[in-house]
Amino acid sequence: MAFKGTLIIDTEKCKGCGVCIIGCPQKCIALGKKVNKKGYNHLEIIEDTCIGCANCAVVCPDGVIEVYKVKV
Amino acid sequence: MTREEIIKPENLVYRRTPVLTDNVMHYCPGCGHGTVHRLIAEVIEEMGIQDKTIGVAPVGCSVLAYNYFDVDFVEAAHGRAPAVATAIKRLHQNHFVFTYQGDGDLAAIGTGETIHACNRGENIVIIFVNNGIYGMTGGQMAPTTLPNMKTSTSPYGRDVEVMGPPLKITELVAQLPGTYYVTRQAVYTPALVRKAKKAIRQAFENQKLNKGVSFVEIVSNCNSGWKLTPVKSNEWLEENMLPFYPLGDIKVPAKEV
Amino acid sequence: MAKEIRLMKGNEAVAEGAIRCGCDGYFGYPITPQSEILEYLTVQNPYPKTGMVVLQAESETASINMVYGGAACAKKVMTSSSSPGISLMQEGLSYIAGAELPALCVNVVRGGPGLGTIQPSQADYFQTVKGGGHGDYKLITLAPASVQEMYDFVGLGFDLAFKYRNPVMILSDGLIGQVMEKVEIDDYTPRWTDEYIAEKFPWAMIGKPASRGHNIVTSLELDSAKQEQVNLRLQAKYKVCEENEVRYETFQVEDADILLVAYGSSARISQKVIELCRAQGLKVGLLRPITLWPFPTKAINEISKHVKGILTVEMSAGQMVEDVRLAVGCAVPVKHYGRFGGIIPTPTEIVEAIKTF
Ligand SMILES: Cc1ncc(C[n+]2csc(CCOP(=O)(O)OP(=O)(O)O)c2C)c(N)n1
Ligand code: SF4
Ligand code: SF4
Ligand code: SF4
Repeated sequence: MAFKGTLIIDTEKCKGCGVCIIGCPQKCIALGKKVNKKGYNHLEIIEDTCIGCANCAVVCPDGVIEVYKVKV
Repeated sequence: MTREEIIKPENLVYRRTPVLTDNVMHYCPGCGHGTVHRLIAEVIEEMGIQDKTIGVAPVGCSVLAYNYFDVDFVEAAHGRAPAVATAIKRLHQNHFVFTYQGDGDLAAIGTGETIHACNRGENIVIIFVNNGIYGMTGGQMAPTTLPNMKTSTSPYGRDVEVMGPPLKITELVAQLPGTYYVTRQAVYTPALVRKAKKAIRQAFENQKLNKGVSFVEIVSNCNSGWKLTPVKSNEWLEENMLPFYPLGDIKVPAKEV
Repeated sequence: MAKEIRLMKGNEAVAEGAIRCGCDGYFGYPITPQSEILEYLTVQNPYPKTGMVVLQAESETASINMVYGGAACAKKVMTSSSSPGISLMQEGLSYIAGAELPALCVNVVRGGPGLGTIQPSQADYFQTVKGGGHGDYKLITLAPASVQEMYDFVGLGFDLAFKYRNPVMILSDGLIGQVMEKVEIDDYTPRWTDEYIAEKFPWAMIGKPASRGHNIVTSLELDSAKQEQVNLRLQAKYKVCEENEVRYETFQVEDADILLVAYGSSARISQKVIELCRAQGLKVGLLRPITLWPFPTKAINEISKHVKGILTVEMSAGQMVEDVRLAVGCAVPVKHYGRFGGIIPTPTEIVEAIKTF
């Protein structure tokens, strides 16, 4: 079964630590060039290949990632 | 399928638990404290015990934990959380009472309170975040600092001849009859986070049984104290902390027959 | 109905007073001369009858932090100890004061410094009323002079602790702790229910219902401007307490030439001194502070206007005498007579001190 997923990232609360990126099986997220008000380069979706596994969300210390997925 | 089509309530698979408040945590980027907070809060949410939980915060980086959990919370003096929790639990026997403590708090200044609460078999959960250093005060040596590890008060590395070896307090409390469940976990990969959450869930479930302390150590990072990036600190943790502090259950409840 | 009368030690009276007044928990560690409090409680085993928890802690540090935990739940919780143990509790007392929690602590004082002696002393006055722990805080301090007061002050102490959300200290000594006297005993007051606590003390740790935000008990404030506000609020509270809670009693002060000021055991001895002096034609009176903080400053100042001199009698090198001097200024000479290290002064030696005033 295949899934398609996506994220809502609370970019203002993201601290740009990057620990979420390591566990992403799709390598579809990265820290961007844009900075938030706190001055952190926050997380961005870089590829449309997310499968909604929530790996990124469960390791995020600040709980800023919300994950949605659908069966495709 | 567009992003808008996916983002619908029925497709939600993960969201921040409402048992955490909206306050932005003051922890350094990538610090494991935040993850551990979230797991505890998720367990409280899933068990539906928010109105029956009382937390006890330590002195250490997580001193402000009470600002992040939407549950009643007491801030204890440095090291005294197990004594504070002892009284709360004995006076509210049907509540879920947990302490949240760092290694300096639990294994140095609070060693006496830790051992005796465990020995009396207080029916509480102790969450012990071991990052091998004093984070809050700026990276001094902790009882759990590894041999030869550099800190601001062991600038040439921890000399075990002078300072003794790191204290494996978790193995120590596992020896006491008053502990019911003792485990060591970590939270730096998705798989480990999921396991750690199961352990925390079991620890809280155990409180219903009235069988003693459930003690969950989380080997965590302190990227500021270790002077590494968040990602590098997690690699360092795996390479250096885990050989000394191996993950897994140390004491599990005997199966009822 | 006539009250039950029992012959008891001061320490036992504290314990019985706790059980009877609806105390929820006692946490303590043995030390002479007050171990009877914990012993009596463990013999009585009040838990099955009243639900009062009694626990021997691993140290006084743990005891006072257990009290902190119980107090955070707005439970009536207490501890007791003697001087060295009370020294260990100073951090906890400061936290309880800082977090504005109600709690009761009993100090059956022995001679110091250090391990000192196990005999009676009053040398912990400074530690108690000047703030033995860190920060600007006050302990409401009750000084019993009889076994009856040991009993009564437990209930009174809890009343004051909850009224002001502040720790209360009963500052006793080894003499009153050990002496046996008749005590009038009350019926059992039931412990407060959790529903009552939730309604009366909305700040209490009771588990967060959906209807309110989470309660936090802390003494931490990182913003110094806010911490100053906290301190100002505490000071305002202490002022109200000073205006309303001063307690003292006087004996034969109306015509006195010499006023004795003494509390606790020393006040008992001083009453005998008055008798001896009056028999010899010396006009001596006594003011006994019952609250050491707030201190009967105004009353002492008033009396100082019609006496020739004031002598404090303390089992210490002279501690309360400083507060008496502050109350009196330079109006009349204020002197101190004291024995220490566990020695109890005899009435005769105090009479001699008065004669050579
Ligand atoms: C009685 C007392 N001594 C010392 C301190 C200073 N202090 C605050 S936190 C801390 C160490 C905290 O380290 P740890 O428990 O490992 O927690 P971390 O900050 O690493 O999470 C110390 C020594 C204090 N607050 N109180
Ligand atoms: S949900 Fe999974 S696939 Fe999608 S971004 Fe997160 S880790 Fe990558
Ligand atoms: S783990 Fe969380 S805070 Fe860190 S970069 Fe990823 S989303 Fe941002
Ligand atoms: S100092 Fe260390 S323990 Fe404290 S918040 Fe920063 S990374 Fe975490």
